[in-house]
Amino acid sequence: MMGLLDHTALELGAMIARGETTSAEVTDAVFAAIAAKDKDINAYIGVSKELAAVQLAALDKAADGPLKGVPISIKDNICTNGVKTTCASAMLADFVPPYDAAVIEKIKAAGLPVAGKLNMDEFAMGSTSETSHFGAVKNPHDLTRVPGGSSGGAAAAVAAGEAVCALGSDTGGSIRQPASYCGVTGFKPTYGYVSRYGLVAYASSLDQIGPVAKDVADCAAIMDVIAGHDGRDSTSLRVKHPSYLASLTGDVKGRTIGVPEECFGDGVDEDVKRAVLDCAKTYESLGAKLLPVKLDFMQSVIPTYYIIATAEASSNLSRYDGVKYGFRADKVNSIDDLYAESRSQGFGDEVKTRILLGAFVLSSGYYDAYYKKAKNVQRRIIAEFGEVFKRCDALICPVAPSTAPKLGESLCDSMSMYLSDIFTVPVNLAGLPGLSIPCGTAKNGMPIGAQLIGARGADATLLDLGFAYQRATDHHRVIAGRA
Amino acid sequence: MEWETVIGLEVHIELATESKIFCSCSTAFGAKPNEHCCPVCMGFPGTLPVFNKKVLEFALKAAIALNCEIPKYTVFDRKNYFYPDLPKAYQISQLYSPIGTNGRVDIEADGVVKTIRIHEMHMEEDAGKLIHSDIDNVTYPDYNRCGVPLIEIVSEPDFRSAKEVVAYLEKLKMLCEYMGISSCKMQEGRMRADVNVSVRKKGDKQFGTRTETKNLNSFRAIEHAIEYESERQIDILEKGGVVHQETRRWDDEKRVGSSMRSKENAQDYRYFPDPDLLPIEIDRDRIEALRAGLPEFAQEKKARFIAEYGLSDYTSSRVTADIRLATLFEDAAKACGAPRTVANWLIEIMPKVLDDLGVAFENATIDAGQFAKLLSSVESKKLNKNMGVKALEQLIAQGEKFDFDRYLEDNAVVMEGDEDKIREVVRRVLTENPKAVAEYGQGKTKVMGFLVGQVMRAFFGKVDHDAVNRVMLEELQTGGQK
Repeated sequence: MMGLLDHTALELGAMIARGETTSAEVTDAVFAAIAAKDKDINAYIGVSKELAAVQLAALDKAADGPLKGVPISIKDNICTNGVKTTCASAMLADFVPPYDAAVIEKIKAAGLPVAGKLNMDEFAMGSTSETSHFGAVKNPHDLTRVPGGSSGGAAAAVAAGEAVCALGSDTGGSIRQPASYCGVTGFKPTYGYVSRYGLVAYASSLDQIGPVAKDVADCAAIMDVIAGHDGRDSTSLRVKHPSYLASLTGDVKGRTIGVPEECFGDGVDEDVKRAVLDCAKTYESLGAKLLPVKLDFMQSVIPTYYIIATAEASSNLSRYDGVKYGFRADKVNSIDDLYAESRSQGFGDEVKTRILLGAFVLSSGYYDAYYKKAKNVQRRIIAEFGEVFKRCDALICPVAPSTAPKLGESLCDSMSMYLSDIFTVPVNLAGLPGLSIPCGTAKNGMPIGAQLIGARGADATLLDLGFAYQRATDHHRVIAGRA
Repeated sequence: MEWETVIGLEVHIELATESKIFCSCSTAFGAKPNEHCCPVCMGFPGTLPVFNKKVLEFALKAAIALNCEIPKYTVFDRKNYFYPDLPKAYQISQLYSPIGTNGRVDIEADGVVKTIRIHEMHMEEDAGKLIHSDIDNVTYPDYNRCGVPLIEIVSEPDFRSAKEVVAYLEKLKMLCEYMGISSCKMQEGRMRADVNVSVRKKGDKQFGTRTETKNLNSFRAIEHAIEYESERQIDILEKGGVVHQETRRWDDEKRVGSSMRSKENAQDYRYFPDPDLLPIEIDRDRIEALRAGLPEFAQEKKARFIAEYGLSDYTSSRVTADIRLATLFEDAAKACGAPRTVANWLIEIMPKVLDDLGVAFENATIDAGQFAKLLSSVESKKLNKNMGVKALEQLIAQGEKFDFDRYLEDNAVVMEGDEDKIREVVRRVLTENPKAVAEYGQGKTKVMGFLVGQVMRAFFGKVDHDAVNRVMLEELQTGGQK
C-alpha cells in the first residue's frame, strides 16, 4: 500500500490543497518516519518540531503555491533562526543562529514547514558524509555503503522516505553525487541564482544551494520558491527567473545533447557507462540529437578545484577561533593557545587537512604557482564550456565514476575520494547548472545517476530535459520502490 | 658624521559615511560597547558583506585629490590573520588592485614646497577594539569599530624630517575635511599613522634598514616617535651596531619606543581576492564628474581671501586652515562687510571664548548671520569690544537659539554715548565712599580700581569699561566737588 510519504512533494501539495490530507498530517508522518528509520540511516542531526509547529500554526498567512504545507528538510549548514545549525562539526555543535538564511525566509514565506536539519560531511567537506561529528550517514539502499556527500543526509533522507524533499548545498558535487548514490534527483543551480546569505561558507565562489527531491518536477517547484536576487549576497544575480515548474514541457525535440568522450573512458565503471549511455540514447529516441564533444580540461579539474576550494575554505573557516561563538578549548594560557587548541579540538581531520592545504596554496611565495594558476585554469575551463555550449543545449555524463562505496573505504584513500569528484567539480568551477537523475542500477544493486550540465542560466532548459527523461522512463520511481 | 632620516608613512583615515563599509550598522563614535554591531560585522557564519557605495565615492575623491591613477576595476582582497578584534579572522582590504596608485601631493615645511609621492591608497574595513580590565584581568572585545570604512594611504619614503611628516598629515587632514570625507579627528582614532623610519649617511644612495612604529594617534606622538627612532638608530650605527628590521610600538606617556616583533616573525597574510565581493568597475566619466566637483582647497581659498577680502597672508592661512572656519568667515564677511574684523575675531577672540566655555570649535554651532550682526554692531560702535565678546559667549553658548537683536534688547547696554548716566553713578559711588576718595587724594591711586568696580557693579557690568575709567578719572581729579 502506498504511504503518504511515497508521494512526491507536488503530489502532497495538491493533496493538501484539495483537503485530502493536511500539512500537519504530512509533517507528523515525516517525524514518525524519522523516529522509525533514522537510527539506521542517521540522516538527521536534529528535528525541528517546535519550528514546524510555529509554521503550521501560521500556515494561513503563507503565500499560496504548489508546495504550500509540504514539509522540507534542510542541510545543517543553512542557518535557521533559533534552531541549531552545526555544519556537522564539534566547532558549531551548539551554535544557534539569530537569523534565517535567505532560502529559509523564502521557504517560510511559501509555507513549507521545516522538519529538521540534515547530516552532512563536516563543513560540507567530503564526498561520503562520513566526516560528520554526529556520525556517518548510511545509504538506505545498502546500510554498509555511504550515501555520498556532502549532502548525504539530504539524499539519504529523501531516498529513505524520511523527508519529502530537502535543500542541500553543492560546492563540488555535494548535491548531485549523493543524489546519484541514493537514487534521487538533485539540482545544482547556476551560481548566483539562489542567495548564499545564511549558507555557512565552504568555498564562497563555488557554493550554491539547491534542491534534492524524488523527481525533477519537485526540484523545479522548489527552485520556484528559493531562486531570486538577494541584495545581501553580492554574488546573487539580477535576473528574471521564469517559473521553473511551468517551464517543464517534456519536449526535447530539436535539442542537442553533447556526450564528452573524456567522461566515458578508463576509470569509469562499465555499469555506470552503460546506464548513462542508455540515458543518452533515450534522449535520442525522444527526438534529441547526440553530439560527441571533447572537454580538454578534464585532466586539470581536480587540482584546480581543490586549490580554489581549499584556499577559500582556509579563509572562510578562520572565524571559528573560539572567541565569539562555537567551541572554545579550556585550560589555555594565551590567545594563540586558545586559537590553536580550539581549532585543533573543534575541527575534524578532513577539515584540518583542507585548511592546511588552502593556507599553503595562498602562502607567500606559492600564491602565483598555485592559487593564481588555478584561477587561470578556471578561466580556461569557463571559456571551453562556452565553446561547447555554442553547439549543444546540454552535456550528458556520469555524476560519479562508480556507485556508492562501502563505508570506511574512502576515508583510507582520500586521493581516490577527491578523484571521484572529477565529473561534478567542473560544473562548480564554471558556475553552471547541473542536474543529477537516476538512470539505472548497477550489478551491486546500487543506483546510478546521469548528470546533465547546462550553460550558465540554462536552468529551465536543463530541468526540462530531466523532466522529459523522467516522463519517458521509470528509473526514478523503480529505484525509490514506487513503481 | 651627518645623518639623514628617511621616513615613509602609512596613514589610516576613517571615512565619514553614516553606515559601515559592508553592513548597515552605524559608524557613530562613542556608543556603548558592541551596540553598533550585527551578524555581518561580527562575522557570524553564513553572513556576507555588501559594499557601501558611499565608501567608493569618498575613496575616489581622495584618490583624485591625491592625484592617483585609478584602475578600471578595483578589487577587495582578504588579509588573513588571527586577532580577537578581527571577528572573521580576515580583514577585507585591497592589495592586488587598490583604488589608487602613483599619486602625489605637495607639502610645505619651513617655507619649502616639496612633492611627496603616494605609492598606493586602498579601501579596507577597520577592526574592533580590545579593552583590558585590570579589575578582573579580562580583555573585552568591542566590535563597534569593526567594519568602519578606512582608506590607507601609503607614501613613498620621501620625508626627511618630522616637520615634513606633520605638514603632510596636516595636508591630508585639510584635503579630507574640505571634501567632507573624514573628520580626521586623531583623538577619536579617525586618523592614525604607521611610521617607517630609517637613517643613512648624508649623500648615500642606499636606504638604511627601516623599522615600523605602529598606530600613532597624535601629531605630537608622531613627531616624538620619529625623533626617538631616528636617534636610536643613529646611536646604534655610530656604535658600530646593526639596525634590525622590526615592528615597534610607541609609549607616548613615557616617550619611549620598544620592539613588538622582528621581521622573522612577520605574518604571512595570505592575501587573495575576496570571493564574496565582485570587482568594482570604475566609470571614467564618474571620475571626471567627481574631479569637477572637488571643492576649492585651502591653498586656493587662502589666495582668494587675500585678493578678495584684503586679508594678510597670515590671517588668511589661519582662517582657511579649517573648512568650517573658512566658510564661517566668508559667510559672515559677506553679511557684515567688514572682512578683516570678522577674520580677526575668528582667529583672535573666538578661540579664547571657546576655551573659556570649554567647547571645541568643531562641536560649536555658530550662525554666520548672527555673528555678522554682532560684528556689525561692534563696527558701528553700538557695541564695544568687551560687550561684543560677552555677546559672542552667548552666541556660542546658546547655539541655534541665539538671536542677536533680542540679546541687545534683553541686555540694554550702556554705551559710551550715555556719559551722563555713567557720570551720575560715578558721583554717587564717590559720595558713598569718602574714605576711598580720601586715600586717592593721598596718592593711593590703586583704590581707583575698587571705585570703578563699584560703578561696574551698579550697571551689572553692562557698561563700557573704558568710558567708566575716563569719567572716574575726571571726577576724581576735580575732587568730586561739583
